Amino acid sequence: MNMLWKYALPALLGIAVVAAWQGAVRALAVPVYLVPAPSDVWAAFLGDAPSLLASLWATLEVTLIAFACALVGGVALAVLFSQSRTVEAMLYPYAIVLQVTPVVAVAPLLLIWVGYDHVERALVLIAFLVAFFPILSNTTLGLKSTDHNLVDLLRLYGAGRWQILWRLKGPTALPYLLGGAKIAGGLALIGAVVAEMVAGSGTATGLGWRIVEAGNRLEIAKMFAELTLLALLGIAIFATLSAVEHAALRHWHESVLKKDG
Amino acid sequence: MLLELDAISKIFDSGTVALEGVSLQVAEGELLSLVGPSGCGKSTLLRLIAGLIQPTAGSVSFAGGKPETAFVFQEPTLMPWADVLTNARLALDLEHVPRREGEARAAAALARAGLKGFEHAYPRELSGGMKMRVSIARAIAARPRLLLMDEPFAALDEPARQALNDDLLGLWREDGLTIVFVTHSIYESAYLSTRVVVMGARPGRVLDDIALDQPFPRDERHRFTPQFAAAAAKIAAAIKEKAG
Ligand SMILES: Nc1ncnc2c1ncn2[C@@H]1O[C@H](COP(=O)(O)OP(=O)(O)OP(=O)(O)O)[C@@H](O)[C@H]1O
Ligand SMILES: [Mg+2]
Repeated sequence: MNMLWKYALPALLGIAVVAAWQGAVRALAVPVYLVPAPSDVWAAFLGDAPSLLASLWATLEVTLIAFACALVGGVALAVLFSQSRTVEAMLYPYAIVLQVTPVVAVAPLLLIWVGYDHVERALVLIAFLVAFFPILSNTTLGLKSTDHNLVDLLRLYGAGRWQILWRLKGPTALPYLLGGAKIAGGLALIGAVVAEMVAGSGTATGLGWRIVEAGNRLEIAKMFAELTLLALLGIAIFATLSAVEHAALRHWHESVLKKDG
Repeated sequence: MLLELDAISKIFDSGTVALEGVSLQVAEGELLSLVGPSGCGKSTLLRLIAGLIQPTAGSVSFAGGKPETAFVFQEPTLMPWADVLTNARLALDLEHVPRREGEARAAAALARAGLKGFEHAYPRELSGGMKMRVSIARAIAARPRLLLMDEPFAALDEPARQALNDDLLGLWREDGLTIVFVTHSIYESAYLSTRVVVMGARPGRVLDDIALDQPFPRDERHRFTPQFAAAAAKIAAAIKEKAG
């Protein structure tokens, strides 16, 4: 598919939907506290842009820190697992327990324990917990997916376990890791927003809290503006991680190779 | 003797008796073929010689200490994320040969394998035969004294296989290395070898040991000589008789 179509088609659809939405809301005279028209959303954004952008930044900050921690922690733990089956057997079940426990349910507790003085630490921790697992599990799988013959070959040529890790397992695991990171990026954002919503009032300033606040005040247009900002942030995170993936794998991995040409 | 296998048995954890009582001596400079039915333990034997697995009983010994050994698998087994030159450099990188020198040696090995100009291609851009050549270049770049090859050309079409057979013979003669070569093909073993060891299955063991005293160098014409036909017939008969 050529580039024009790849971007033009979704953009056209988007414009058409927004236009139809604007037209329908105006034609049917829907009250703004039920469904605001795109122009109302835009006006709501402009009316409060500096503080909304500050909230966007706050959410982004929590998301990025949590994502970075998940990346470092997930990869480090996966490497540890790949070096010691004992450690893996001991810890992996707990990683799964962390994953299957709904983090929203644990969030209030974490907010009390960790967030009493520093709410942002609790937010980061919650977002981290949500983002951590896909990186751990994908990287663990990737590190196990090495070609056994290549491992034998490296051994024959005198490689130790760290050289095998560095030269073979690492590159083999990279596509898996990047796939996990793409999922984790989105999850970190979800985790951050959920945490902000649960944290509520006062010290929390992110978009999650602002949405709750706007909802309470029935400022639906503002809520839409905030949702749109969140969606754009999610898209930006996904696009960045996809670009990183593409740059890292473009020479060799099936997932990013062109089918022909 | 370069290497000697003494009454080797290999029983896997699963209980499979892959080899039983295999004794075999390989002299310096031989090009020895191992032939035999699927599952008779040819790959296992090669991995034992390489030291990648240990025998359950018996011993593998090398008269002059373990020689530099290289291994070529049935599949090219290249690193897909690395270009051809980096793949060929693998053993040199692991030996900490300086980068410049390593690159020069790898490039020379690639040229000998007929891959000049493809140094910076990625494996996915190469045909099956070319990938196999990279795998061979990677092995010879290590300057091994012992080259172990496990059905290296099995996946190739006949012309590619014959071309690589001739290249292999060239390398073997020039470098004076010792090659142990596993194949399913009677004709390939008859064409290449100084000696053919016929193995049998269940349990894996040596059935026959045939010295081929035809002259070298051999080339395409050799395939149409009576000596070649006689050698092939002898190997085929050994496989049939002893197995039956
Ligand atoms: N790692 C292993 N664990 C258990 N059994 C094994 C292992 N490797 C090989 N075997 C068994 O040992 C026997 C010999 O296997 P091997 O691969 O050496 O045969 P082969 O002669 O190379 O066969 P082929 O011609 O099909 O490659 C087979 O029965 C096989 O199932
Ligand atoms: Mg085999």
